[in-house]
Amino acid sequence: MFVELNNLLNTTPDRAEQGKLTLLCDAKTDGSFLVHHFLSFYLKANCKVCFVALFQSFSHYNIVGQKLGVNLTVARERGQLVFLEGLKSAVDVFFQTQEEPHPLQFLREANAGNLKPLFEFVREALKPVDSGEARWTYPVLLVDDLSVLLSLGMGAVAVLDFIHYCRATVCWELKGNMVILVHDSGDVEDEENDILLNGVSHQSHLILRAEGLATGFCRDVHGQLRILWRRPSQPTAQRDQSLTYQYKIQDKSVSFFAKGMSPAVL
Amino acid sequence: VTLSEGARAGIGRELGMLDSLLSLGGLVLLRDSVEWEGRSLLKALVKKSALCGEQVHILGCEVSEEEFREGFDSDINNRLVYHDFFRDPLNWSKTEEALPGGPLGALRAICKRTDPGPVTIALDSLSWLLLHLPCTTLCQALHAVSHQDACPGDSSPVGKVSVLGLLHEELHGPGPVGALSSLAQTEVTLGGTKGQASAHILCRRPRQRPTDQTQWFSILPDFSLDLQEGPSVESQPYSDPHIPPVDPTTHLTFNLHLSKKEREAKDSLILPFQFSSEKQQALLRPRPGQATSHIFYEPDAYDDLDQEDPDDDLDI
Repeated sequence: MFVELNNLLNTTPDRAEQGKLTLLCDAKTDGSFLVHHFLSFYLKANCKVCFVALFQSFSHYNIVGQKLGVNLTVARERGQLVFLEGLKSAVDVFFQTQEEPHPLQFLREANAGNLKPLFEFVREALKPVDSGEARWTYPVLLVDDLSVLLSLGMGAVAVLDFIHYCRATVCWELKGNMVILVHDSGDVEDEENDILLNGVSHQSHLILRAEGLATGFCRDVHGQLRILWRRPSQPTAQRDQSLTYQYKIQDKSVSFFAKGMSPAVL
Repeated sequence: VTLSEGARAGIGRELGMLDSLLSLGGLVLLRDSVEWEGRSLLKALVKKSALCGEQVHILGCEVSEEEFREGFDSDINNRLVYHDFFRDPLNWSKTEEALPGGPLGALRAICKRTDPGPVTIALDSLSWLLLHLPCTTLCQALHAVSHQDACPGDSSPVGKVSVLGLLHEELHGPGPVGALSSLAQTEVTLGGTKGQASAHILCRRPRQRPTDQTQWFSILPDFSLDLQEGPSVESQPYSDPHIPPVDPTTHLTFNLHLSKKEREAKDSLILPFQFSSEKQQALLRPRPGQATSHIFYEPDAYDDLDQEDPDDDLDI
């Protein structure tokens, strides 16, 4: 996890809020560093994590995770991490006989209406186990990323329903957290992605938006991060809840600074 | 329009249009966006209805019952009837708990009620209904609900029905939003600047010109409405009267100003491609004393002085 980002969000693994949905979105840049941050953050917070990883392979997340101080293989063996490797299990749908529906069952069906099997996989993975002692603090669902489901043929409303059901189960029933990544293509023609992004935005408590710089690629400033807090439990008189920072990604950390204050420029 | 309604509307006009939204009845559309959310305003209007003694029904599709009831004190909560479509709206758990008929069935059931008092129905949210139901079905149901008290030939007097619908503007195209907008008696669009929220209220009274007004407001922690004059001056960081504006051209190494003579010369300059009368005369009159131009050519040692024109063989 990136300590500077924790400071900006005013949170630490010990005292993170529960029952919150965080939306990560990226426009004209790669926002996956935020996914790695939250994955290592919640593993360090001793949470039970269900990671629906549709974009990269397990070894990719493992390599980056080791740079950030978490070992995904060990976490998976301990039962702390339930990892759905989309790239590998998508093939299993076709080449293995399954008794119960596979989480990615919609790939097989011509007119898959909904993502109910995927939701049931998540619910099964995160349901509290009656083992007597509470091993993990609270459950967390991480999805990387949701736009892949649109590319695979699901409609935006079906994906929004999946997020709704996950929110009802993970955030409300189990008092856990959710972190979802959605790409913002910025393409005017992609209405389904816009509906998905806006629909999840309306449901989220915190939106982290990584944007490329308007002026193009820069060696010392990789992008801009906009932080928007929404849906406070009590309405506040002042609505000043949006911050913007610029960042530079290094090998094992990300440094944040105010706009125009990059150390390379000063 | 009964006497009490007219009096209520008159008092409402003094308080501001935001306070009197509910006195008109019909469909009130609350249009919000990601940056300016509308659920707190919806809750504030629900609280106002409950305090007026009306029966309030909430079709909750987007947030849990606990989250919606949070912030209300117990006497308001006792007046709210929450129809839960959050936990399992599509009946994925296949239990018998699902409310029959879905949200529209619940809506119709509320309207078939027997007691004649005024009722407020809050739809949280209209966007969820619009994404899951055909637009025409939803519009027909809303029309039937909000125009119920105008139905003739009904033996039992039915009270006024107000429907508050929360609509997330970015999720829908102009067609469905336009259809809902034409059904609505009042439209409230949320916006704001720099930490201060505003509501643009468009009101369509029957047989009157539509009126609109922008009202700055904030919602207090107990969900009561606090109407305000406008964004406060201190919150604008640019207009600080103590620091004089800095002239950026003072310390430059090059000169950006023109002296009087330079400015006169600049103004009297004729642009090369501007066709003025002097230029026209110059072109028409042959220039006397213009010597024919000469070309002086010193050939190099290795120059090819072939007099033959290489283009001679071109048949043009």
